[in-house]
Amino acid sequence: MKLGDKPVRIGVAIAGLLPGAALAAAAVNDRLGADPVEAILHESGEWALRFLLLSLCMTPLQRWLGAPGLIRHRRTLGLLAFGYASIHFSIYLSLDLGFDPGALVEDLLERPFIAVGFAALLALTPLALTSSRRAIRKLGKRWQSLHRLAYLALVLAAIHFLWSAKADLLEPGIYAGFAALLLALRVVGRPGRKSADYARLARAEARPGSDQP
Amino acid sequence: MDEPQTPESDATTYNNFYEMGTGKGDPARNAHLLRSEPWSVTVEGEVARPGVIPLEDFLRPHPLEERIYRLRCVEAWSMVIPWVGIPLGDVIRRLEPTSKAKYVAFETLLDPEQLPGQKRRVLDWPYREGLRMDEAMNPLTLLAVGMYGRTLPGQNGAPLRLVVPWKYGFKSIKSIVRIRLQEEEPATSWNLSAPREYGFYANVNPEVSHPRWSQARERRIGDWSKRPTLPFNGYAEQVAGLYAGMDLRRNF
Repeated sequence: MKLGDKPVRIGVAIAGLLPGAALAAAAVNDRLGADPVEAILHESGEWALRFLLLSLCMTPLQRWLGAPGLIRHRRTLGLLAFGYASIHFSIYLSLDLGFDPGALVEDLLERPFIAVGFAALLALTPLALTSSRRAIRKLGKRWQSLHRLAYLALVLAAIHFLWSAKADLLEPGIYAGFAALLLALRVVGRPGRKSADYARLARAEARPGSDQP
Repeated sequence: MDEPQTPESDATTYNNFYEMGTGKGDPARNAHLLRSEPWSVTVEGEVARPGVIPLEDFLRPHPLEERIYRLRCVEAWSMVIPWVGIPLGDVIRRLEPTSKAKYVAFETLLDPEQLPGQKRRVLDWPYREGLRMDEAMNPLTLLAVGMYGRTLPGQNGAPLRLVVPWKYGFKSIKSIVRIRLQEEEPATSWNLSAPREYGFYANVNPEVSHPRWSQARERRIGDWSKRPTLPFNGYAEQVAGLYAGMDLRRNF
């Protein structure tokens, strides 16, 4: 079996859902401490950022490790990031704001830290919607450009996390460092590589039943 | 107060005490490092009776009282806690302040071995807080030595902490070693760290947002949804008069 094969991809998807399942189980069993809402908010947001980082690691890792097939996990990881980000936003909207649209508008207009997080989710949404094979085929080269939004989402999410901190910037700083590293690789690490490569990879990803890009 | 008390297990495991770590659970894990006995308090500045006073002597003249107060954190969560302590005003009167004493400044212990969070400069240690004299003398202001009928645990600021129920929790400084009466407004830790976000007064005020989040509502620990925050954390009747004529938007 190769790294990009379907059973491996299913395994990655299941593994990616485990943190969410563990969080739900802990919430039901009252094991999230004194403020479970805060715990769920924090954990879901952090997992969204982790999966976004992981999904954007696949291309450089594939190149360095010479491990073809890694890139085929990008979609699963990206969808997981979107899923956790959606939970993060839903908890905020329901339990923090009580579904009050006025409070949401106030937060978005007056609190850039929240607006930036919301923008990250907005940037991820079209990517999740165009992650199907059909969409990749249909969009062709435009799919490639559209999916560069993932980098924007990463920058916004890293800023959102940094900005949420009161005084201790250590943890969000580590994530921001990883994000900056990935962006730097994206800029400097591809001389000689044409974006056509990515387009080819994306098309290969879209080809049903193909094991190798 | 007819509101249910926060379970003791929550109030002693969910703490903001950065000297013991910045995670909410860190203080309970690190509290064993704090040696709260023997303890003494340095009293200095504009008082007739300055000195380094052993905690027992400091407390002895005052009968302990139980006070059940709401605690509203600036992070928009809250608890209801039964404190045991003595009114700060009684203590100050006994120290005989001079006519120049306009403010009271407090300091937390500085010792990175006992308070390992001080090994990282998250804030400019030691933690400092302060009150205006009339705030310090208000009968609600308490120097606590216990909670839930027991001695104060380390993570809650053993052996001596301030409780100012109408102000955000960060005003209620923990593990106090120094009390100084002075003429000028004292510098305070969170105000030094982020002056746009944390003022000297820090009165609970649903009308004045923190720059990054609303203060209109709060989550009472134990609840899933939020409830409206009350002006002065519900103690307006007792303390609003202290701020008559002041612009509370400017003096946040």
